[in-house]
Amino acid sequence: MNVLRFISQNRGQVLELTLEHLWLVGLSTLFAIAIGIPLGIVIAHRPRLKGPVLASANIIQTIPSLALFGFLLPLPWLGERADRLAILALTLYALLPIIRNTFTGIRGIDAAVLEAGRGMGLTESQLLFQVELPLAVSTILSGVRVAIVISVGLATIAAAIGAGGLGEFIFRGLSMVDNNVILAGAIPAAILALFADAAIGWLERRLQPR
Amino acid sequence: MPPDPAIEFRRVSYKIDGAQVLSDFSLEIASGETLVLLGRSGSGKTTTLKLVNRLIIPTSGEIRINGLANSEADVIRLRRGIGYVIQEVGLFPHFTVERNIGLVPSISGWPADRTQDRVRELLQLVGLAPETALRYPHQLSGGQRQRIGVARALAADPPILLMDEPFGALDPLTRDELQREFQALQQKLRKTVLFVTHDLREALRLGSRIALMESGKLVTVLSPQKFVRSDDPLASAYIKAFGESLESANGGRP
Ligand SMILES: Nc1ncnc2c1ncn2[C@@H]1O[C@H](COP(=O)(O)OP(=O)(O)O)[C@@H](O)[C@H]1O
Ligand SMILES: [Mg+2]
Repeated sequence: MNVLRFISQNRGQVLELTLEHLWLVGLSTLFAIAIGIPLGIVIAHRPRLKGPVLASANIIQTIPSLALFGFLLPLPWLGERADRLAILALTLYALLPIIRNTFTGIRGIDAAVLEAGRGMGLTESQLLFQVELPLAVSTILSGVRVAIVISVGLATIAAAIGAGGLGEFIFRGLSMVDNNVILAGAIPAAILALFADAAIGWLERRLQPR
Repeated sequence: MPPDPAIEFRRVSYKIDGAQVLSDFSLEIASGETLVLLGRSGSGKTTTLKLVNRLIIPTSGEIRINGLANSEADVIRLRRGIGYVIQEVGLFPHFTVERNIGLVPSISGWPADRTQDRVRELLQLVGLAPETALRYPHQLSGGQRQRIGVARALAADPPILLMDEPFGALDPLTRDELQREFQALQQKLRKTVLFVTHDLREALRLGSRIALMESGKLVTVLSPQKFVRSDDPLASAYIKAFGESLESANGGRP
C-alpha cells in the first residue's frame, strides 16, 4: 500500500495537518453551538421568528463553500488570517442543523408536560433548564453530530484559502495528480468524521432521557 | 362578616380567536369544599380551571383567591399555592417518581431531607409502595401515574387543588378505586377542590356542590341531593341519560 507508506513517511506532517483540521472543526463547532442552541431556543418560544431565522440559516447553507470563503475575504480582522476566515465560514455552515434540531427537540415535547410544569409554578428558566433542554438534548446532539460530520468534509476546502488542515494534501495531490497524496488527506479526514460521529453518538445515549 | 370564599369568579368572560369560550361566569367556592364542574366536552371547564392559576387571563371580570384578585398576586407564588392535576397527567418523563413529586418543594427551597420525607409520606397517602419512588413514569401503569399526578399536586401542601378530569382516562375499576381514595383523602385534608368531570356519577359521588356548565355559561349550581331532583331541563337531561344507561344495562338481559 503506497498510501500507508506515504503517510508513515510523512507522519509528522499528517499529524500536524490533522491537528489543524481538528482545530478548525472544533472551534467552529463550539461557536455554532454557542450561537445555534440559543437561537433554536428563541425560535421555539417565539414562533414569529422561526421563519426568518431558519430561512437565513438555510440560505447560508446553499452558498457554495468556495464562494462563501471569497465573500468573507474582504472582512477586516477576519480577512487577515485564513484560519479565522475558515472558522467563520464553518461556523455559519454548522448553524442550520443545530438551530433546527434545537427547535424541533423543544417543540416536540409533550404539551401536557409543559402545561403541568407551568401550572405547578416553575419559572420560565426553570422550565427551560429542568424540562425543555433535558428532554430535547438527544435531538440537539444529533444536530451537532450532523454539523460536525459536514464540517470535517467542508474544512478540507479551507486549504484552498490557505487555512491549512488535511485539505492541503488533497489539493497538493490534485495538482500533482497523485492519488496517494490525496488519500493521505482524505483518509484521516474520514477517520476524524467517524470518530466524532461515534463520540457524539455515545454522548447522545448517555444523556438520553427516559 | 362571612369569610372570603377560597375562590371567586366575578363576572368572568374569556374570548379567544373570536370564540366566546366563557360568558359572564360568576361562582364562589367555599374553603374546604369540593366543587365539581360538570359539563359536556367543549363547555369551558378546562378554561375555567386555567383562569384560576392564570395559565390564561380573562378578557373581562376577575378571579379572587381568598379575597385577593389573582392578577395582583405574583404568578409563580400563586401557582405554587395551587395544586394542579391535568387529565394527561403530564409527569416529567426524565425524572424519577421521587423527583416528580419533590420538584415543587425543592424549587421552593425545602431542605433535601424534608422533601424526601414528604415524598415518602405522599406515596403512602396515595397508596403506592415506597419502592415506586425510584421508578420512571414509563414504568408505571395508568392508575399509578394518575396517583403520582395527585401526589405531585399535593406536594407543597397547597390549600387549593384544581383537578381536570383526573380519572377520566382510567378503566372503570381503577377509577372507582381512585374516587374512593380521593373521598377518604378529602375527609382528611379538607382542601378546596375545583374538580372537572363530564361524568355525572363521579360528580354526584365526589361533589359537595355541582356547577353545571353548557356553552361557556354556568347553568346552575346544586348539591348532589338537589341535583337528582332538579327540574332544570339540562340537569334532568343528565339524570335521564344516566338513568337510561343503567336501565339498558339491566334491560339488555333476556
Ligand atoms: N386557545 C384556544 N383557541 C381557540 N379555541 C379555544 C381555545 N381554548 C379553548 N377553546 C375552545 O373553547 C371551548 C371550551 O374549551 P374547554 O374549556 O377546553 O372545554 P372543556 O374542558 O369543557 O372540554 C372549546 O370549544 C374550545 O374549542
Ligand atoms: Mg377539558
